[in-house]
Amino acid sequence: MKSAVSILALATLFAGAVLAQDSAKTDAVTDDGIRWYDADDIPTFNIADDGTVDWSTFSGYRRYHAECHVCHGPDGEGSSYAPALKDSAVRLDYYDFVAIVASGKKDVGTSANQVMPAFGTNPNVMCYLDDIYTYLRARGSDAVPRGRPAQKAEKPEAYAEAENACMEG
Amino acid sequence: MKKSMIGLTAGLLLTAAMPAAANESSLAGQADAKQWTMQLSNYSGTSFSELNQINKDNVGDLQVAWSFSTGVLRGHEGSPLVVGNVMYVHTPFPNDVYALDLNEDGKILWRYHPEQNPDVIGVMCCDTVNRGLTYADDTIFLSQADTTLVALDATTGAVKWTAVNGDPAKGETATATPLVVKDKVLIGISGGEYGVRGHLSAYNIADGTLAWRAYSTGPDEEMLVDPETTTHLGKPIGADSSLNSWEGDQWQIGGGTTWGWTTYDPELNLIYYGTGNPSTWNPSQRPGDNKWSMTIMARDPDTGMAKWFYQKTPHDEWDYDGVNENILVDQEIDGQMRKLLVNFDRNGFAYTLDRETGELLVAEKFDPAVNWATHVEMDPNSDQYGRPQVVAEYSTAQNGEDTNTTGVCPAALGSKDQQPASFSPKTGLFYVPTNHVCMDYEPFRVSYAAGQPYVGATLSMFPAPDSHGGMGNFIAWDAVAGEIKWSLPEQFSVWSGALSTDGDIVFYGTLEGYLKAVDATTGEELYKFKTPSGIIGNVFTYEHEGKQYVGVLSGIGGWAGIGLAAGLTNANDGLGAVGGYAALSDYTALGGQLTVFSLPD
Repeated sequence: MKSAVSILALATLFAGAVLAQDSAKTDAVTDDGIRWYDADDIPTFNIADDGTVDWSTFSGYRRYHAECHVCHGPDGEGSSYAPALKDSAVRLDYYDFVAIVASGKKDVGTSANQVMPAFGTNPNVMCYLDDIYTYLRARGSDAVPRGRPAQKAEKPEAYAEAENACMEG
Repeated sequence: MKKSMIGLTAGLLLTAAMPAAANESSLAGQADAKQWTMQLSNYSGTSFSELNQINKDNVGDLQVAWSFSTGVLRGHEGSPLVVGNVMYVHTPFPNDVYALDLNEDGKILWRYHPEQNPDVIGVMCCDTVNRGLTYADDTIFLSQADTTLVALDATTGAVKWTAVNGDPAKGETATATPLVVKDKVLIGISGGEYGVRGHLSAYNIADGTLAWRAYSTGPDEEMLVDPETTTHLGKPIGADSSLNSWEGDQWQIGGGTTWGWTTYDPELNLIYYGTGNPSTWNPSQRPGDNKWSMTIMARDPDTGMAKWFYQKTPHDEWDYDGVNENILVDQEIDGQMRKLLVNFDRNGFAYTLDRETGELLVAEKFDPAVNWATHVEMDPNSDQYGRPQVVAEYSTAQNGEDTNTTGVCPAALGSKDQQPASFSPKTGLFYVPTNHVCMDYEPFRVSYAAGQPYVGATLSMFPAPDSHGGMGNFIAWDAVAGEIKWSLPEQFSVWSGALSTDGDIVFYGTLEGYLKAVDATTGEELYKFKTPSGIIGNVFTYEHEGKQYVGVLSGIGGWAGIGLAAGLTNANDGLGAVGGYAALSDYTALGGQLTVFSLPD
């Protein structure tokens, strides 16, 4: 009897923990004036109740559909040969995600001929990498639907300054 | 000793005679309907066959005769060749070539596997496609992804020579098929999304040395133009025609790549091909007409000198690459036989020109959804002559950077992409695989870095609104009247090259993987068979031991495989549309395979 109770308690605790972790994982906690971060200081999205997305998420949508979609398909959904990045962004650690974009990835053999180039020297990608990650994270956790976000927040002043510094630098 | 001397002399004579022989072998190959010795079946690019054993009365009995796995996944464009009793099959990267013995049920006579740096895969914008081989003088010509042009002995597969046409580190790649004209082999270059400066290059087939190179943009001498004699709509193009149409040095990274098809008129001794989009996709970063991107070019194949140009989309704002095939036909206009060139452009207009002079005769929309321009100005006295009349609402340049221009038709993949149309001299009609897709397009500022994507616009695509809901049509087109004769709605873009035959039928493939045969007069569907993967290859036909065969490469991919894999939806349709759109991934998966059909014995 005693053990049954503790199993039940454990199960409840566990379920609660999973739920808490799920909602907390991507939750926007802090804001540096440029973008939002979760509790682990990882870039994340911030979507208002009326569906308005933060500028970084919108920027990520825009840059993704210029730099990434020609291989990975629209809306992070994947293509006939390249993986769905909306899933990769959720599955991979943020730092692994960044490393792959910067350094590329190769899977070449008898059955696969997949090569992702290194974007480390490309300012159109690297200056917006956190935006792209944020957008894909939002897609992967179903926080934003397919297509262009209907409403977006204004571009923050600090963001514009950082963007100019990065693109001109 | 004496014997070997004679042999040597004979060998030398043969080499000296090669230039003339090359043209003859190409001409002989296309005159024999039993063979398929070049892509598009002939120099005119009609993709028509005189074979008629399979015809509209019996095509319903068609069945699979044999099949062959290419061993390669990813998108399979183009078609195999048939020369005598041998079929030559090409693949996407790694660009393997197989010679199959048709006398021995397709036994592999030889195979060629090039060693290429796989880094090139990462700089191919839209899958690792290759549009096929060409044949002349017992030689198979292959243009590899890394831009290496290879001449292979057709009998043994031994490499005769190689030539390097570009540098993948700068984003230069190759997807087009070569074309042999006389003693030269012509090849284009890909990489418009990497700021590559396009050119067409001619290599001597005897030894692979470069004979000439004609750039699409830049100084006159590098474009091989004569400011006085090279014309645009009947008028000399004048000095520095390209340089004057760009701001600063943007032309150096300005695109105009040549990844489409080349056709040839032996009587006029002119080759015809098109140039692609100007780079970047953000029009505000490149004011001017951006000459000569988006242009049909007519050149002398011996020297490369340009006879005439026609720029279809000056100052492109939508990525409507002008590289589609130029089909050469002779048809009557106003009671006069004319030498015509017919082009179904990405921009949604079908152009009929006089191929000798470059005079514009007809320019009409071949998809009623096309809305970015009202019409092409046809009055020679207008200062707008030959120019599309752009609708301000759909002008991404007028709406400007960081503005989302919505509801533009067609989408960037065009009303028709590279998939070649077919012309039947029997019906006088063109059979055209088309896309029925529209887009939102938002340009923004980008920086150039060598070998990196240089795009500068976000776009989202969706099926043409207020239509049948599908993303493609297969149409029959009258190029003299400029009218659609019939149109078959398709669920997905039709990304396969069409074949029409003397048997009064037209074949095409679909992205779900069906090979279809329809009545050439009515469009009635007569046969369909689902192949193992989606079709973006071109249907071809040949005869062996008295029997006609029809074949096609399956292998989903290309831009179609990228854009449509997960389906398209219009964000403006709201949530109601989700689930209502078709995803290609629900119908087909990767896999390269050749399927060959024939009538039952």
